[in-house]
Amino acid sequence: MPKIKMPKSNPSLDMTPMVDLAFLLVTFFMLTASARVSEPVIVDTPSSTSDKLLPDNVIMVTIDEKGKAYYNINNYDVRIKTLEKMGAQYKVEFTDKEKKEFAKMTSIGVPMESLKKFIDLDENGRMAAKSPGIPLDSLNNQLGDWIQFGRIEAAKQAKTQKDKAEKIGREFKYEPIRFAIKADGKANYIKVKEVIKVFTDKEIYRFNLITNLEKGNE
Amino acid sequence: MAEVNTDDGGGHGKHGKKRAKKSSTRIDMTPMVDLAFLLLTFFVLTSTFSKPKAMEISFPADPKDKKDLTKVKNALTFIMTKDNTIYYYNGEFYPPNNKDAKPPTELIKTNFSKDGLHKLLLDRYKPTLEAIDALEKRYKSKEIVDTTFKRLVNLEKGNKDALTVLIKADDKAIYKNVVDLVDELNVCLVGKYAVVDMMPTELELLNATNK
Repeated sequence: MPKIKMPKSNPSLDMTPMVDLAFLLVTFFMLTASARVSEPVIVDTPSSTSDKLLPDNVIMVTIDEKGKAYYNINNYDVRIKTLEKMGAQYKVEFTDKEKKEFAKMTSIGVPMESLKKFIDLDENGRMAAKSPGIPLDSLNNQLGDWIQFGRIEAAKQAKTQKDKAEKIGREFKYEPIRFAIKADGKANYIKVKEVIKVFTDKEIYRFNLITNLEKGNE
Repeated sequence: MAEVNTDDGGGHGKHGKKRAKKSSTRIDMTPMVDLAFLLLTFFVLTSTFSKPKAMEISFPADPKDKKDLTKVKNALTFIMTKDNTIYYYNGEFYPPNNKDAKPPTELIKTNFSKDGLHKLLLDRYKPTLEAIDALEKRYKSKEIVDTTFKRLVNLEKGNKDALTVLIKADDKAIYKNVVDLVDELNVCLVGKYAVVDMMPTELELLNATNK
C-alpha cells in the first residue's frame, strides 16, 4: 500500500485580516476614549440603583470627605465669563492667559483671594497644592456667587446660541443648566446640607446627586 | 547623443545588465501585529465608558411657604445618626408631657439590612404597593395602555393617604446614609418623601435614646 503523503503546508499564515481587525479596534478605542481629567480631589461617591445618566450641561459642586466644597462648570466660554464676573465682584484682575488657563481646568477649590496664584501654578503644582475649599458661609458666600454667575452666564450663552440658530433658520434645543452635587459617601451630611442651603437660597431645588451604579445584589 | 539601450530586457548573456532580484511581495507582518495588539490592549484597559450616574432629588423650599410637615397624614420619620443607625417613628411626634396628653413618641432602632429598612418600608407601604400591583396586572392583561398605567401609578403614589417619608439627619450622620435611604425609597416606589431639618424636641429625644 502506498504511504499517504501529507501535504507539506506552509507554516506562515496570512495575517492581513487579523491586522485589519486589530487596527480597526485600535482606531475605535482611540476615538472613543476620552482623556481623563485630573480632579483636584478624589471623591468616593455612594452607590445607588439609579441608572440615569448625568446631563452634560451642569454646574457641579464637589464635596470631599472633610466637607470642603469645589466648584465646576463644564462649558469653556461660560467658564471664562463666569471668572470675569467673579473677578469683578471680588476685585481680582485676571489676564487673558489666566482666563484661558482657568477655562481648561476642572474643579476648583480655592477662595477668590488665592485663585490667581492657583491658576499661575503649572498642572503638577496645582495637583500638589492643597485646596482649602470654596467659602460658603453667609458672610463670605463665594460658592453662592459662583453658582449664580455660572447660571446667568450659561443662560446668556444659551440665548446667543438660540439667536444664532434662529438667524439661520435652524431649530435650537434649549437645555437648561442642571445642578449636580458630587459628595463623598463619608462626608458629614451637615456639610452637604450647607451646600444644599446655598442652592436653595438661590431658589434651586432640584439636584442630581452623583452616585455609582450599584453592583449586583448581595 | 543619448545612449541607446540595446538591452532588450532579457539580460541574458554574460555581459548583460544585472537583473533585479525578484523579491517576494509579502512582508513579515508579525511586528506590526504585535504593535497593533499592544495599542489595542492599552486602549481597552485605559478607556472608561462609565459616565457618572445621577439620582435626581428635590429639596423643599424655605420653611415659610412650606406646609407644616409635622401634621402630615400617615407619616414615617427616619432619623439618621452615627454608625449607620436609623431611628424611626410613626405618625406625629409627641414630646414628653405634651398638651394633648398623648404618650410620648419613642424612637425605634433599625439598620440598612434587608430585614431592617427594606422590610419595614414594604410593610408600611403595603396598601400603595398592592394598588400598584393590581394596576400592573391590568396593564399586563392589556386592559390599560402604558401611558394610562404610568399616570395611574403616579396618582397612586401621590395619593394623600399614601405613606409620606420624612428624612432627618443629625450632625453625626454621613452623606452615604442619606443616599442609601433615598435609594431604598426609590426601590420601594415611595413617591412622597422629603429631606427636612430636625426639630429641637426630636434632637433631645435622639440624644436621650442614643446614650
